[in-house]
Amino acid sequence: MNIFENRCAIHPRPQGDEVFWHSSIKRAARGIRCRVLEHTIKNNGGYLSQACSSAEIFASLYLKVMRLGSVPSPITPSSFPGVPGPHNSGYFTGADYNGPKDKDLDRFFLSPSQYSLVLYATLIETGRMDPDGLEDFNKNGSVVEMIGAEHSPGMEVMSGSLGQGISQAAGIAMARKLHGETGRIFIFMSDGEFQIGQVWEAIQTISFYKLLNIIIYVDINGFQCDGKMTDVMNIEPLEKRLEAFGMRVYRIDGHNIEALVSYGEIPSDGRATVILCDTCPWKDIPLLKSRYPKFHYLRFNTEEERERYREFLSQTNGNTIKSSRKKPCRMGKKQA
Amino acid sequence: MEILSKVHAKNLVEWAKNRPEVIVLSADLTASTEIDLFRDTYPERFFSMGIAEQNMMSFAGGMAREGFYPFVHTFAVFLYRRAYDQIAMSVAYPNLPVRMFGFLPGIMTPGGATHQAIEDISVMRSLPNMTILECGDATDVMSVLDVAHTVKGPVYIRMLRGEIPRIFNTPMILNQSRTISTGNDITVLSGGICTEEAMRATEALKKQGLSIQHMHISTLKPWNDLSVLEAINSAKYGVITMENHSITGGLGTIIAEKIAEYGLGKKLLKLGLKDTFAHGASKAYLMKEYEIDAMSLIKAVEKMMNISLKITEEELGKIYLAPVHSKAKAEAL
Repeated sequence: MNIFENRCAIHPRPQGDEVFWHSSIKRAARGIRCRVLEHTIKNNGGYLSQACSSAEIFASLYLKVMRLGSVPSPITPSSFPGVPGPHNSGYFTGADYNGPKDKDLDRFFLSPSQYSLVLYATLIETGRMDPDGLEDFNKNGSVVEMIGAEHSPGMEVMSGSLGQGISQAAGIAMARKLHGETGRIFIFMSDGEFQIGQVWEAIQTISFYKLLNIIIYVDINGFQCDGKMTDVMNIEPLEKRLEAFGMRVYRIDGHNIEALVSYGEIPSDGRATVILCDTCPWKDIPLLKSRYPKFHYLRFNTEEERERYREFLSQTNGNTIKSSRKKPCRMGKKQA
Repeated sequence: MEILSKVHAKNLVEWAKNRPEVIVLSADLTASTEIDLFRDTYPERFFSMGIAEQNMMSFAGGMAREGFYPFVHTFAVFLYRRAYDQIAMSVAYPNLPVRMFGFLPGIMTPGGATHQAIEDISVMRSLPNMTILECGDATDVMSVLDVAHTVKGPVYIRMLRGEIPRIFNTPMILNQSRTISTGNDITVLSGGICTEEAMRATEALKKQGLSIQHMHISTLKPWNDLSVLEAINSAKYGVITMENHSITGGLGTIIAEKIAEYGLGKKLLKLGLKDTFAHGASKAYLMKEYEIDAMSLIKAVEKMMNISLKITEEELGKIYLAPVHSKAKAEAL
């Protein structure tokens, strides 16, 4: 089946029907890849491999695993409110896109902000952000920043400096525990972050204080800025290392929707949970494989290369447009 | 001079009694930063974070976002040097009310270069949203919690411990210096432990007929103290700053900036570590070696006024020297 079938339609949150949520997640994952691909072609650059590897993780979290408050209608991003400080009363974070906060609702933390584009695409696919919002990406004065900050859609802490997201989320998890809140803390992490000392400091703290309200999903795509992780700085065997630190660890196929959903729903056994998701950084966009071993950021080397991606997108376009209901994304121009 | 022992330890317990939102984080220096009594009194509000300052700072930021007031305690160096990026992004950027208690500022420890926070003011002052306070006596240590509590954003405090003299009868107030002596030949501006040291010298200078304005600076950022500007403006010969810190980026630099900004056109002599690291030795030895002792202030006055005063060490008031080994401290550091 072509990955771009039913692409870019807006998918409502599943209502409990097993078949329905599975297909919703599948469609949303395709939509995420599609939007990021379209964006990458248009802007001659983008974090495309991150979309390939993590689309199912994001879609599963947002459509099934996490209990988030609903957003009445897709939010149109406001302009940058200025940095926080004593004289800025109009400051806001991007947490609104994840719905209102409540003691029994979950909270989401994107740890590697380099995945922001994937998160924005997810918010669009799940009806939380207006599709036009992506037009603001990396534009002056916009909150839809390339490396998202806490004012960016779907975000509420500063996590662009890798390794700090988990510690901040752990502090929030501790605070929620002390306040008797039952909502959980979901943290999306990348495998590269496990090279960072602070991450292990945070893991030992989560384990020591039994912060069982934390569930971490890790995108193990095996690549980082400089190339293959095992060549840059090995972190494996990651599951054994994490287990030795006192975590409950599952290692799954990160494109398997059933696994992504079911392992996130197993009640805690007294340890906080880490779900290691093995993924493929060129999943469903085989053209990208030629970039091996450098996938961190895709910028087209030649106009011909860009054209190949454009053709790849347009070959699927006809199918997609027919089946899209609202606001299909379309290369090069905005759909009315 | 009255000497008090373990001032912070007792004061924090009393101060936090009816403030359940105040929590304390420790990085394996619980007794050394005088939070052992807090731990024993309010164990449910005490969090041992281990020797892991980077996680501790980001974790504190997370707790502050949920309504807590994290009071982070460790030696000053391990806060700003080890966890600078975490302070910047997890605490300062979001302007969160995390209180950082940095112990052993400057050359106060025989622990040597690894333990001596000699550029903390300089580094922390560069951070937007950061407030910086420095304690110089027991009254400062007791009142700094109230001052910090009025600040919505993060506060970094150069803290004192163990046996501490009481110099002031009035509490620390944000952005208000305290005048120790008045005069118009030279204005001496000191902070932290240098104030007590400067007082030895100013007494001797006054006996020689000199007119010295001496002011104690406890707020380093934000800096907005008009009384100090007036004192600078009325100093006939100039201004001398004296700080337990590098002369780059600390009190001396702040005053230099203000003199230039306000066009005061006064000479400035900066006493402090002259762009150098220090080494492990006693506080008294290091203050003399790095010229932040009373005699160095006398020499600076002589230089600025181009006079010779012939004051001897014996004439300088006896300063209280806390013993290196004492029951008031957990270790000899």
